Parts: sequence; structure tokens; C-alpha cells
Amino acid sequence: MTDTVIPLTTKKDWTSDQEVRWCPGCGDYGILLAVQTLMPELGVKLENAVFVSGIGCSSRFPYYMNTYGVHSIHGRAPAIATGVAVARPDLDVWVITGDGDALSIGGNHLIHALRRNVNLTILLFNNRIYGLTKGQYSPTSEIGKVTKSTPMGSIDHPFSPLALALGAEASFVARTHDLDRKHMMETFRAAHAHRGAAFVEILQNCNVFNDGAFDELTGRKVRGEMMIDLHHGEPITFGEDAHAGVVMGSDGHLRIVEVADVGLEAILRHDAHRADPSLAFALSRLSADEPGSSTATWSPTPFGVFRDVERPDYGTMVGAQLAEASSKKGPGDLRALLQSAGTWQVG
Amino acid sequence: MTDTEERKSAPETISRVVVRFAGDSGDGMQLTGDRFTSASAMFGNDLSTLPDFPAEIRAPAGTVNGVSSFQVHISDHDITTPGDAPSVLVAMNPAALKADLGRLEQGGLLIVNRDSFVERDLAKVGYESNPLDDDSLSDYRVVEVPMTSLTIEATASLGVKPRDAERSKNFFALGMISWLFSRPRESTLDWISTRFKDDLIRASNTAAFNAGYHFGETTELFDHPFQVESAHMPPGEYTNITGNVALAWGLVAAGQLAKLPVFLGSYPITPASDILHELSKSKHFGVRTVQAEDEIAAAGMALGAAFAGHLGVTTTSGPGLALKSETLSLAVSLELPMLLIDIQRGGPSTGLPTKTEAADLNIAMYGRHSEAPLPIVAAYSPSHCFHAAIEAARIALKYRTPVILLSDGYIANGSEPWLLPDVDSLPDISVSFQEEFNHVAPDGTDEYWPYLRDPETLARPWAIPGTPGLMHRIGGLEKEDGSGDINYTPANHEKMVHLRAAKIAGIAADIPPAEVVGDADADVCILGWGSTWAAIDAAVQRTRRRGLKVAWVHLVHVSPLPPNLGELLRSFPKVLVPELNLGQLCRIVRAEFLIDAQAVSKVQGLPFTSIELEDAIEAALGITETAGRREGAA
Ligand SMILES: Cc1ncc(C[n+]2csc(CCOP(=O)(O)OP(=O)(O)O)c2C)c(N)n1
Ligand code: SF4
Ligand SMILES: [Mg+2]
Repeated sequence: MTDTVIPLTTKKDWTSDQEVRWCPGCGDYGILLAVQTLMPELGVKLENAVFVSGIGCSSRFPYYMNTYGVHSIHGRAPAIATGVAVARPDLDVWVITGDGDALSIGGNHLIHALRRNVNLTILLFNNRIYGLTKGQYSPTSEIGKVTKSTPMGSIDHPFSPLALALGAEASFVARTHDLDRKHMMETFRAAHAHRGAAFVEILQNCNVFNDGAFDELTGRKVRGEMMIDLHHGEPITFGEDAHAGVVMGSDGHLRIVEVADVGLEAILRHDAHRADPSLAFALSRLSADEPGSSTATWSPTPFGVFRDVERPDYGTMVGAQLAEASSKKGPGDLRALLQSAGTWQVG
Repeated sequence: MTDTEERKSAPETISRVVVRFAGDSGDGMQLTGDRFTSASAMFGNDLSTLPDFPAEIRAPAGTVNGVSSFQVHISDHDITTPGDAPSVLVAMNPAALKADLGRLEQGGLLIVNRDSFVERDLAKVGYESNPLDDDSLSDYRVVEVPMTSLTIEATASLGVKPRDAERSKNFFALGMISWLFSRPRESTLDWISTRFKDDLIRASNTAAFNAGYHFGETTELFDHPFQVESAHMPPGEYTNITGNVALAWGLVAAGQLAKLPVFLGSYPITPASDILHELSKSKHFGVRTVQAEDEIAAAGMALGAAFAGHLGVTTTSGPGLALKSETLSLAVSLELPMLLIDIQRGGPSTGLPTKTEAADLNIAMYGRHSEAPLPIVAAYSPSHCFHAAIEAARIALKYRTPVILLSDGYIANGSEPWLLPDVDSLPDISVSFQEEFNHVAPDGTDEYWPYLRDPETLARPWAIPGTPGLMHRIGGLEKEDGSGDINYTPANHEKMVHLRAAKIAGIAADIPPAEVVGDADADVCILGWGSTWAAIDAAVQRTRRRGLKVAWVHLVHVSPLPPNLGELLRSFPKVLVPELNLGQLCRIVRAEFLIDAQAVSKVQGLPFTSIELEDAIEAALGITETAGRREGAA
């Protein structure tokens, strides 16, 4: 896809003339900056990029990109983007969505876009709240959360976007967060390089309605001991001097241990390319807060690429069937079609 | 053969006949009717069909609910309806007799499968005594044929087990009726030999068909066969077509004529699924079909494909149309071409999924939030579906708007002979994509304004992804006229609401004016739309032949209405609007034109019969004397 290693475009080229309208301090700014900074490095032409979003604060994103874009309907972005990507496999199609947009109203479209492996890069901005409608709880809000629609605390059991995506047969699943541009760019780059549906959960701070939701995880001071950075082929370790690591017990459970206690050989090696998604699934549920623990205590949580496996993408397969039909039947001939059910002559 | 032949007189020539095949869902009546239709079509008759089957795939065997019927009207002259009352009813079991006897005309020929009139089957449908043995059928000419046992006998030598042989009894019936109406046998025999891959099944069906044919010839149950001569149809090449296949082919043609790839997003629903099936076979035309996860996604995919430069289409029936509403509103706001095809069926909700109705006009007209007008095209016959699809695509592409095309279960499944159009004479409906900048910014730089309209059509330019320089964002938020930037100001919104409405209203100048069939000085004018066409045609012809002054206007464009319609309707003292709903078009013309139009409604899951419309015309004209008017062609 890359024509040249020297970027032909600059970040400015990817920035539209529209005034950005998120609240000051919103995590969405950092994500926008990461994408605009990354795009020139991907070697994509401006005119070949399409950003499709649903509705929500996050879904305003396409207006700020100087590309083709559709700000569509609440929840329906994966379906509309499927139309774009299947019609035009030559395009670089991105889906921008929120936790309410993708997981509540649009849950059905998300799982089916993942299952079909449509060639889409899906960025889910998870702020665990409905931002645009001013602060109701979302499908990722924790139990007990007090919002405008849950004055006595939420009693809805939340789910994990990553576990859901894995269950929906996603071929690429990753997590990043809005405070680390470098990590975001690395993760988006990997997602973009993946042919098929690439799903990225971005932990995003809504400083107006759910401020500090991820502070205990991604805050600069705690990050080192709380974030587990996954690297394919490497032992899953984290913390200062990589003192802690993840092991799988004989009961099949993942546990966090001191590396010194068990030895580095005993530490689980991450394998993002494994066909079987069970390790990725176990990792997606490693955090005590994943999902829905009512105690707001966080425990170390994996970030990075959980799963990245190859599977033919949908648009390419659709195109292949068209080509196969043409080579078998010859290119379509309208007159022959009208005669295909048998005809008779009068006069 | 020769000595038995002598007894038979030569076939009696009749001008038309309506035959109804009725049996259990598992009896293969649709196939039987379809084959009889094909043989008649190939023979050169004009014809019209009405399949009528239950919603359940396997309704309990032998019950009235499980009866599946196929009615076909064949004629030596131009006909449009499947006929009001059949003159021949083939009833394969007591349930079929119970369900369909009421339709058979007085004195009609009733052919029953004697073997099925046994106590158990009779009891299932509540017959206390065997109607074949009491005199309850004395109004009809009854012919009892032990079809099951004759089929078993005919296939026994092939080694077919009796239980399997029974499955061929519909071919026995088909053979018998083929003889009775002097249908050439070859086309059906050829069809059997290519259709059935399994040797034994093929042999068994062939034997049953031949046995039925010879049975007609050799027994004395029928006096003589009949012949319906071929119709004097305009010369040319014909095929027999259903509305759904015609729609699918029309969509393929529209893609070719527009020089655009077709993209269909669809979710299965009766009676629309056959369009998805048919288009899925058209991949060599570059047609992409996706069976979406639901109707919302199907519409979304079609819209996404339209944004990407394809002819985006979504097909559905009533409940699915409701789900697509929000996407249609977005398409209205995005001003992108898109086609939604709704095959109407009885509702509300699941309603009568396999039966016809035309009650989605209201939702097509008004079923979107806010002010979201769009054009509506209505197909009126199976073959018209082909042209309606092209016309709907033409409007969508030229005006960058979603268009709803309405068809219904009656024409979707019904068939008629179709004189194939000359492919070269079909209209060019291609449009061009925007490839250049169309505006200069105050600072002198060239730019692209996605909402800068064509002054004549008010359509906006269509620049597709991949076009250098014309990157732009569009969305559901209100846009500034011209630049397309988000704009919430009061005056701009009002302007945009009016512009969107004016664009659709302006299409009226680009459609054919409404035309009157019949008497310009008529006492009553029938205003029709959709599949009522056939019954109206027959009723208007017959009432006019009897000297009544009747006019008829049939709408293909239901929104916007033809510009001359109001004036035209006002010129008649009375206007009747027959509809398979409670008067939805009627209310529109009353509101639009302030005329005292009267609705003629039917909501039984069945099309109008021509007699019902004749009665309505007479009632409107104050005529009560109806004796003796009912012969003649339907
Ligand atoms: C059909 C429909 N229902 C409801 C809404 C109102 N609505 C807009 S955005 C939204 C939730 C957004 O939450 P999320 O997806 O998490 O996005 P965020 O604003 O948090 O980025 C809702 C309920 C709508 N626009 N359309
Ligand atoms: S409400 Fe929250 S998510 Fe929305 S823009 Fe403001 S800070 Fe961002
Ligand atoms: Mg949110």
C-alpha cells in the first residue's frame, strides 16, 4: 500500500479547516492528534481515506480529518462502512465510534463487521459514559456508577469491548489509551497494517462527565505498575525492571506473580498470532476491574495487541466471487439475462 | 392409442380458462401450477398467475391452513388478471376442497384425488360425511380420480416404493390437466429431465406425468379435451416473468444503463427474498450482494456503497421498511442516490406474510422523522417491475435522493408473458461524478462544495472517495447550503428544509403527465396505483363495453404526483380510488386537490377481482341492475 517511505503528506494535510468542538481537556483531542500525526507515515493518499462514524462526541471525529468522511447514524457506522469497504476494497476505511455507539445501539453491526472481517480499522473511544447526551451510564460503566440515569448506582453488568470483539471472531484486537500518543500511534499503525477488521479500544477520558475514569490505570504515576504492555513473542512482564509477570496456573487461570519467585521461563509468552483466541480472551479479563467489579479497585491491565491473525477479508472475497462468476459465465450480457428463463417467439 | 382415440371428439376450442391447483403444502402445487403456466406460455397463450400459499413452511399436513394453491388464467386474447373465479379446480385432498371450493364458479369442473377422501383426512378438516358421497357438490361437475393409487401403479415397475411414488402424484395431476387443455407434452418432459438429477425421481415423475396424460385420453371421465388457442400477441420474443425476477433484472439493467456497479444490501423477508436470491446469481454483472445482519445494516450498507459510488439498493417488506426509516432520513440529508424496494404484504407486524396488501404507501410517504420527502415509484404488473426499477434508479441518480419503489406480494410472485424489450432502446440513466473543484474561496483557492446545487435539478454534486482534492465530510447534522459545512442557524435550516422539498417536488416536471384511459367525458374516473392495475383494466374494459362512460388514470409516480393530475381528476364528476388498504392514496389526493375522491378498499390479503371493481363502478354510477353482465373476458 505504501508507495514510498518518505511521507508525501504532512500532519497539516490531514487536518480539516473545521473548528474542533470537543470540551477543552477532552481525551478526544489527543486521539485526533495521534491519528493526524500517524496518517502521513502510513503512505495513504488523502483521497483514499474514508472515516465513518456514528453519533456521540467521539463520532464528530471525521469532521476534523481532511479526508472523505461520513458522520452517520447512532450505532450504524460499521454497517455503513461495510458498504463503503465492500464496494471499494481500494479504500482505506476507518470507523470511529464510542462505547454507547458501538456496544449499545450498534452492538449488532459491530459484531457482524468483525465476524465478516470487513477491511476496517475500528477505533472505539471508551470513556465509560454517554458524553454527547450529557452523562448517562454506558454498557462499559461499572456497577454502582452514579449518573443522571442511575442516581442510586448502576445495576447493569458491564462487558469488556475486547472480550466481546474476541467472541465475535475479530482477527485483530488491541487496547491503548488517550494519554500516550506514541502507544496510540504504534497500536493504530499495527491495526492499519492488518488486512481485515482491526478493533482498537482506546481508553478515553471524558473530563466533563466521567473525569478520571482511568486515572488509577493510566495516570503517569501509577502507569508503570498498572499497565502490562503486550509484545508478541515476549514474556508478559511489567513494572519497574519488569519485576512482575503473568503466569498461567494449572487451573488455566492467569495470575500476576513476581518474576523473581517463579523465574522468567515460567512467565507466559504472548502470542498474538495464535489461531485459538483463548489466551487473548484470558488476557482481556485479567484486570480485576474487567468487567464489572463493583469494587473500583484496579489491578494491572494489559495493553497493546492482544490478537492479530490472518483471515481473508470480506471485500476481497466478495470481489473474488465476482471475478470467478465472470470467468465462468463470461461478463454479464443483459440480453442473455432476459432470455435466461426460456423464451418463445410470437409471429 | 388409436382405437381409444376414436371415442374422443376433437378438442373444443374455448377462448380462456382459469385453473386452480390446490393441495397440501407438501403436494407440490406451486410447481405443478408453474409448469402448466410455462407450457401454456410456450404455447403462446396470454396468461396471468396467482400463487397463494401458507406462511408456514410445513403447516400441519392435511389441514386447511396448510393448503397451497396456484391459480392460472390462460387465454387466446389479452388478459391482465389471474381471473376472478376458476372454472377448473384440482383438489388433491379434502382440505384443498374445503379451502377453495368457494372460489369455483357455479357448474365448474372439480377434479379431486379420490384416494385422499378417506375418513382420517375428512375428519381433519371437519367433514362429517364424505362430500363426494353426499350431494353437497351437486352444483359442480365432479370428476373423481384415484390419483395416488394410479401414480403408485404407474411407477411400481420402476421399483419406486409406494411412499415415494406418492410424491409424484402432482405430476399425475399435471399430466391429466395437460391433456385436458391440449398442452404439448414436450416442454414439461424436457423440464422434468433436466430438473431432477436423481434417476429414480426423474423416472418416477416422468411416468406419473405420462400416466396422467394417458388417463385423460383413455378414460371416459372427461367428454373431450379443450383447446385455448394461442393469443394474438404482438410479435417478438417472450418470456414468462414474475415481478420479483423482473425487479432483479431491472436492477441489473439499471446498473448497466447507469454504468455503475450495483450493490444490494438485504435481509431475508417474504415476499422480497427472491430479489436477493436472483441478484446473488448476477455476480458476473458486477453485482455485489450482502445478506446483512438486519434491515438497518442492509440499508446502511447500501448507503455506504452509494457514498463510494455504487448504485446502492436495499430490498425488503413492510416490517423491514420500518427498520430502514432512520437510514432513509440520513440518505435524504446526505442527498445520495439510493433505492429501497418494498414488496408490500399484509400487516401490521408479521400480519399475513405470504399474502398481498398495498398499505405501505403511508409509511413510504410519511414514515420518516422531520421533513424528509422522497420520490415514490409504484410497479403495476410483474413485467412492469423491470421498467419501474430502471425509472426509480434514474430518479435516484439524477436527483441524488433515496427513492422508494413499491411492489406487492401479488405481482412479486405472479407471472405473465413479457415481450422482451429491445435492450438497445432502454434509456441511458448515467450521471457523472464530480471530478473538479466547483468553487473558489475568498482567498482565491479552489475548493469543493458538496452542497453546491445544479440550478435546474437542485441535485448536489457526487464526488466519490478516491477523487483527488475533493475530500469532504458529510453527515446527518444540518449543512450550510453550498459549502456543506455544519450550520445550525435558523435561516439556513429553513432554507435547507425548503430546498430538499423543492428538489423532490421539482421531479414532477421530469415524469410523464398522467394519462386517461377510456372516456374523456366519463361519469366516473378510476384512479389506481400499483397492482390494482390488472383488475381495474378488466373492470374498465367490461363496463365500457357495456356503454358506461368510465375513465382510468393509473399512477406509476406516486410522489411527486404528475403535475396535471389535479386538473385531470377535477374534470370528472366522480373519482374512485381502489386500493388494497383503507384509502391511503385517496386521502392524499383529497388533501392535495380538494376533490371528493372515494376510496374502494379491500384488505383480505387478496387482490381485487375485476367483478368487485365493476360493482364499485356501477354503485358509483347508481346502477343496480347487474344481471347478465358477467360473461365475457376477465
Ligand atoms: C437513534 C438515536 N438514539 C439516541 C441518540 C442520542 N445519542 C447520541 S450520542 C449517544 C450516546 C453516545 O455515547 P458514546 O457512544 O459513548 O459516545 P461519546 O459521546 O461518549 O463519545 C446517544 C444516546 C441518537 N443520536 N440517535
Ligand atoms: S462531554 Fe466528555 S467526551 Fe464529550 S467532548 Fe466533552 S469531555 Fe469529551
Ligand atoms: Mg462514551
